[in-house]
Amino acid sequence: MEKAICNTTIEVNEEGFMINFSEWNKEIGEELAREAMIELSERHWEIIEYIQDEHRKEVPLSIRKIGKSGVVDIKEFYALFPKAPLKTATKIAGVPKPASCI
Amino acid sequence: MLENNGQINKMMIILSKATLENVYAAFVLANGARMEGIEAEIFFTFFGLESIHKKKLPHLHVATVGNPAMHIPTMIGGLPGMEAMATKMMKKEMEKMDMPEVYEFLCMLKDSGVKLWACKLAMDMFHYTKEDMFEDIDGVITVGDFYKKAEGVGTHMLFI
Repeated sequence: MEKAICNTTIEVNEEGFMINFSEWNKEIGEELAREAMIELSERHWEIIEYIQDEHRKEVPLSIRKIGKSGVVDIKEFYALFPKAPLKTATKIAGVPKPASCI
Repeated sequence: MLENNGQINKMMIILSKATLENVYAAFVLANGARMEGIEAEIFFTFFGLESIHKKKLPHLHVATVGNPAMHIPTMIGGLPGMEAMATKMMKKEMEKMDMPEVYEFLCMLKDSGVKLWACKLAMDMFHYTKEDMFEDIDGVITVGDFYKKAEGVGTHMLFI
């Protein structure tokens, strides 16, 4: 379905995840973060950039991998993106929801 | 009418076994809950305690006897070394799937905000002390204490 955001429209699935990563830009990321009630700091951006890099390399994401990334540990990841961190962070980053259970 | 529209807010998981497949089931369910923003607590009782016992947790095995889904005849499953071999094979497959070892998984659960409780009755029965257990457990509690912690709307309880 289509979603109006930042004076443009993006394609999203029923959970609000972007379908075309190429449509993502920083403003859209900021707006998606606002919707998730997250105020983005420098640390958030470092993680979002890491997630996007992994997506470009087609590496599947998991909590364990994020914890071993050297960018952030699991505790801080949960603190920065409370509730469902991997889901929230990937949604803001404009990449598909990871299909991982770990 | 379902309470809270049926939304799950908290998973209270009781782990009573320490065969690897049961331990992983409990851990994946707890971790998966946290990943969805659901609270999770695990109550380790009876043999489940072995999965938080410092000296025992690195040596948990899959059961090769009494498990028809393993497709190993019971007589053969009971031979010396069969459990160790099956465990080694399973661990290799799990690592491929990004599944951590038990100790690392416990650390992951703690970092993700899962609460880990040891059952007082079982601790007394096996003569374990808190010092024998994984250093980050949240405490040794009774069944009553665990029920108290389960209070609230949208709590689900699971026995493994």
